[in-house]
Amino acid sequence: MINHKETDIAVIGAGAAGLSAGAACASEGVRTLIIDREPLPGGVLLQCIHNGFGLHYFKEELTGPEFAGRMEEKARQAGAEFLMDHTVMEIRNQEDKKELVLYSAEDGVTLVHAKAVIFAAGCRERNRGNLGIPGDRVAGIFTAGLAQRLLNMDGFLPGKKAVIVGSGDIGLIMARRLSWCGIKVETVVEILPHPSGLSRNIAQCLDDFNIPLRLATAVTKIGGSDRVEYVRIAPLVNGEPDLSREETIECDTVLFSVGLIPETELIRNCGVTINPVTNGAVADGNMMTSVPGIFSCGNVLHVHDLVDFVAEESELCAKKAVQYIKGRIKGGSQIPTEAVKNLGYVIPNSALCETTRFYMRPRILCPKAVLTVRNGEEIIYQKNVLHVKPAEMITAELSGEKLQNLPEDAKLSFELEPVEVKS
Amino acid sequence: MKIHQKICISCPAGCHLEIKENGDGTFDISGNTCPRGKTYAINEMTDPRRVVTAVVATDSAVTPYLPVKTDAPLPFGSIQTLLKKIYAFKLELPAKSGMLLIENIDNTGVNLILTRGSEK
Ligand SMILES: Cc1cc2nc3c(=O)[nH]c(=O)nc-3n(C[C@H](O)[C@H](O)[C@H](O)COP(=O)(O)OP(=O)(O)OC[C@H]3O[C@@H](n4cnc5c(N)ncnc54)[C@H](O)[C@@H]3O)c2cc1C
Ligand code: SF4
Repeated sequence: MINHKETDIAVIGAGAAGLSAGAACASEGVRTLIIDREPLPGGVLLQCIHNGFGLHYFKEELTGPEFAGRMEEKARQAGAEFLMDHTVMEIRNQEDKKELVLYSAEDGVTLVHAKAVIFAAGCRERNRGNLGIPGDRVAGIFTAGLAQRLLNMDGFLPGKKAVIVGSGDIGLIMARRLSWCGIKVETVVEILPHPSGLSRNIAQCLDDFNIPLRLATAVTKIGGSDRVEYVRIAPLVNGEPDLSREETIECDTVLFSVGLIPETELIRNCGVTINPVTNGAVADGNMMTSVPGIFSCGNVLHVHDLVDFVAEESELCAKKAVQYIKGRIKGGSQIPTEAVKNLGYVIPNSALCETTRFYMRPRILCPKAVLTVRNGEEIIYQKNVLHVKPAEMITAELSGEKLQNLPEDAKLSFELEPVEVKS
Repeated sequence: MKIHQKICISCPAGCHLEIKENGDGTFDISGNTCPRGKTYAINEMTDPRRVVTAVVATDSAVTPYLPVKTDAPLPFGSIQTLLKKIYAFKLELPAKSGMLLIENIDNTGVNLILTRGSEK
């Protein structure tokens, strides 16, 4: 038997992005269905039991589960409907609607018909396989997020002595979490010459526990017979590990915190254009993908370091999706955007002639920089940015007035120029 | 005069603070973007504290662990005492988010509260 369901907007994913988008859609009075394969809404927030969420959005410092709880409450009060324990297997782009194929162990197959889809399916973690680190295939190797989930939701202690590979925020947070559980974290090894996580996490997760951070260092081998017994590391010289300075660190656990990749298979299969830099969809000024009626936000669009930005972006996405189903979305040409200097990318990939907030990822590390937005030679916007680092997203809001006055063939180029600081 | 470098952890901006210790118990602080940075710097020098988060075991097979936090930063010296108490704790369900689990930890006035509830 196949079940059928009708809705105006189907939201795929009940993480921070899906909950915020769902709450915003429902509060505008459209029928909203939030679908997630997990039994509980919240996504990755449920395993992020540490505090540091929501300072901008709720004006309060919350833990991940508290942030999720509030967003869920908001979505339920607004009237959004939840369909948990259902995995979306396919999105079909039909003439006047989208058809989602859902599977659940309990109910079998369900077909959902929606006028628009908000794709908020989050990320998966990069793992050792993606990095090609040599060594033995032994037990005791986890991605940091998986270890976080096992520890914080199932109470499972992964080992006694750990080495963390990669200095992303998840790895740093896990270093503190393991230390508080009595697990000794020997070191955090980072291949880049600078940490990938937020400075506050270096301070409160490593410095507080005297955990050394080894920058510009590579893992040369993971060894052991059944379980991990040691990790070998070597400093990088001209991009190559200097084996004469190789060191062996004894441990029984290795966590990989080497980044997240947007989980975009579903929309790729339905023809959505993917941005090779973000690995998420190409999104226009309406937060719409290249397939009309499919919108995207949150970590599946680009990896966010702050949930507050996820919420903000998702609410905008919801507003646009509602306009779309009401036939009020602004069509016509948009102003393309591009990241030209020291920036990895700019989202959205094109802008409407209305006040727009742009999100961009710096590629450099410096105390101070100037962000400039130009159309050709003409400077349209400029601002100073302090403590620039790839770990922290930069945002810039351009007023509708400025964007309206641009010529028809305009193009917005975003560049970041480091500034010398006198000390 | 001693100079300390600290990173403010009060918000994600993570300002780089420079703390000059004047030797008479006072400090000169620079590098903070907002007043909270100053408060943080002085606390770090005199009475460092952290919010502690962890999980407690429950009596349920469906939700074996639930997350907890201190409702205010806890002095460093009390963190280990608290962790021991947390690991010995067994929570009966149902329980609601925000529920008080341990009151006035080590006479610090700081409490441990539940950050996610569960029916079963
Ligand atoms: C470890 C860690 C620490 C962080 N620390 C902080 C912090 O201190 N402060 C802060 O502000 N931010 C932090 N962040 C960032 C922020 O929490 C995330 O960016 C945000 O929660 C991502 O939300 P999301 O909804 O985009 O993705 P997710 O939370 O991943 O949600 C995606 C949801 O989609 C569901 N899904 C995926 N595919 C399907 C499918 N096919 N069918 C059905 N459902 C599907 C998943 O089950 C999941 O529930 C942290 C992130 C991580 C990972
Ligand atoms: S000084 Fe203020 S802005 Fe800077 S990190 Fe601390 S709280 Fe945030």
